[in-house]
Amino acid sequence: MPLKFPIYMDNHATTPVDPRVLEAMLPHFTTQFGNAASRTHKYGWDAEATVEDARETIADLIGADSSKEIVFTSGATESDNLAIKGVAEYYEGRGKHIVTTQIEHKAVLDSCKRLEKQGYHVTYVAAGKDGIVDPDAIKSALTDQTILVSVMLANNEVGTIQPIAEIGKITRERGVLLHCDAVQGIGKTPFDVKAMNVDLASITAHKIYGPKGVGALYVRRSKPRVRLVAQMDGGGHERGMRSGTLNVPGIVGMAKACEIMKTEGKADAEKIRALRDSLHQKLLKELDEVILNGHPERRLCGNLNVSFAFVEGEGLMMAIKDVAVSSGSACTSASLEPSYVLRSMGLDEDLAHSSIRFGLGRFNTQEEVDYVAELVIAKVRKLRDMSPLYEMHKEGVDIKSIEWAAH
Amino acid sequence: MAYSDKVIEHYENPKNVGTLDKNDNNVGTGLVGAPACGDVMRLQIKVSDDGVIEDARFKTFGCGSAIASSSLATEWIKGKTVDEAATIKNSQIAEELNLPPVKIHCSVLAEDAIKSAVEDYKKKRAARQALGAAEPAVATEESRAQ
Repeated sequence: MPLKFPIYMDNHATTPVDPRVLEAMLPHFTTQFGNAASRTHKYGWDAEATVEDARETIADLIGADSSKEIVFTSGATESDNLAIKGVAEYYEGRGKHIVTTQIEHKAVLDSCKRLEKQGYHVTYVAAGKDGIVDPDAIKSALTDQTILVSVMLANNEVGTIQPIAEIGKITRERGVLLHCDAVQGIGKTPFDVKAMNVDLASITAHKIYGPKGVGALYVRRSKPRVRLVAQMDGGGHERGMRSGTLNVPGIVGMAKACEIMKTEGKADAEKIRALRDSLHQKLLKELDEVILNGHPERRLCGNLNVSFAFVEGEGLMMAIKDVAVSSGSACTSASLEPSYVLRSMGLDEDLAHSSIRFGLGRFNTQEEVDYVAELVIAKVRKLRDMSPLYEMHKEGVDIKSIEWAAH
Repeated sequence: MAYSDKVIEHYENPKNVGTLDKNDNNVGTGLVGAPACGDVMRLQIKVSDDGVIEDARFKTFGCGSAIASSSLATEWIKGKTVDEAATIKNSQIAEELNLPPVKIHCSVLAEDAIKSAVEDYKKKRAARQALGAAEPAVATEESRAQ
């Protein structure tokens, strides 16, 4: 099959919709278009039944007790906002302290920052050098005022899989709620809200080959029953937790995507891991000073985050524009500061600027991996020939010994 | 981010990439920027006895705009006297390359690199003159990032 350019290796950002998902969705745009809240006719009843089926499928994938624990939202950002702000508002009488990590998604971090402005206290625990959060660090951050801990299942940049079960044991013992932003890990790494003592979990469809604009929040209904204050006022949909007409086609797509993950996720992950490892090995074989960011094993199957030392990430991305990837370099952001995730892990800033995230997915092929490896190797060599730092490194100059002037 | 055609042209076919002998008395070296900031430029000039820049070379660690800015800078200074070269402003580089606001710092770095190379050359020349023309050339201290 001829290669299609640019080759997509940014599956942590989003994924294409699986054709089977699209097929399941299509009738719900045209013939089966009812509003799931319409109680007076068949269109509405059918839509409601469809949504309830979808709820079951999604609840099943994450090990929830009941489909009533699934609240549909517009996506993970909304789920994170609802979980954190909704819980904070409901439980503020019990305490105003939240514990999270420095490597969370912005939807979690910025929700916490807003709460800080409203008088809450938030502790941001750093990740270790390997990108893994230490459960003991979470434990020691807890106070008698802590109402919520929020830790992601898998990191979106370095792909590290967090010890949610261990953290869940701690929060359960202490009677603190645990929210898990499970967006990147769902279907790709084991996740079970019951076994892991997770009380709230954010998921989204578009990272698992479903459509954009639909997600869900798992809200535990027993032991403990989690309460939260709705952040959207309106018709009282989703048992009062999230008003707004349900996105039926989106929900159907999300359920189909979850169903495929349930049956094929494991085989998928093995295939993707083999491709990812093949890419990594090819790069290591031909290039020196390629540094893996994050934990070598406890990482998402499709994630390869590497720093090509002495080459700037954005410059490299420009050279490999036939490949869609992303970089921890900040050159594209106004702040000019590199990735906060890599910095939280204590990675040197120059290496953070040199990082590239390859995110492989279901539809990548070995031919693509071979092409990308060859291209990256050639371009890294070309850019290193142009890099004063690589020349100094080759001459034995320790770059860290030079007094650079920050600008 | 969308790059201008000129940035892409310089990036894909950079002019004057390379290294001159930093111990040569007629060579001035400027090394500016910092790895932690994501840009380091090294710009070198080789100056004739009558003060004209005969050759210029660069190596840059940075994004496409940084590489293009240094490539353009080396092109512009060749054939100029060192004093003329030192008058090149970052705004001229930014304008020529259509740099967006977030990339202006790349052109600032290129201007600094030119100035730093000229300064290094002048320092070497002054040191040589102080020693007297008959003395053999002595390598000056290695240029440092400023």
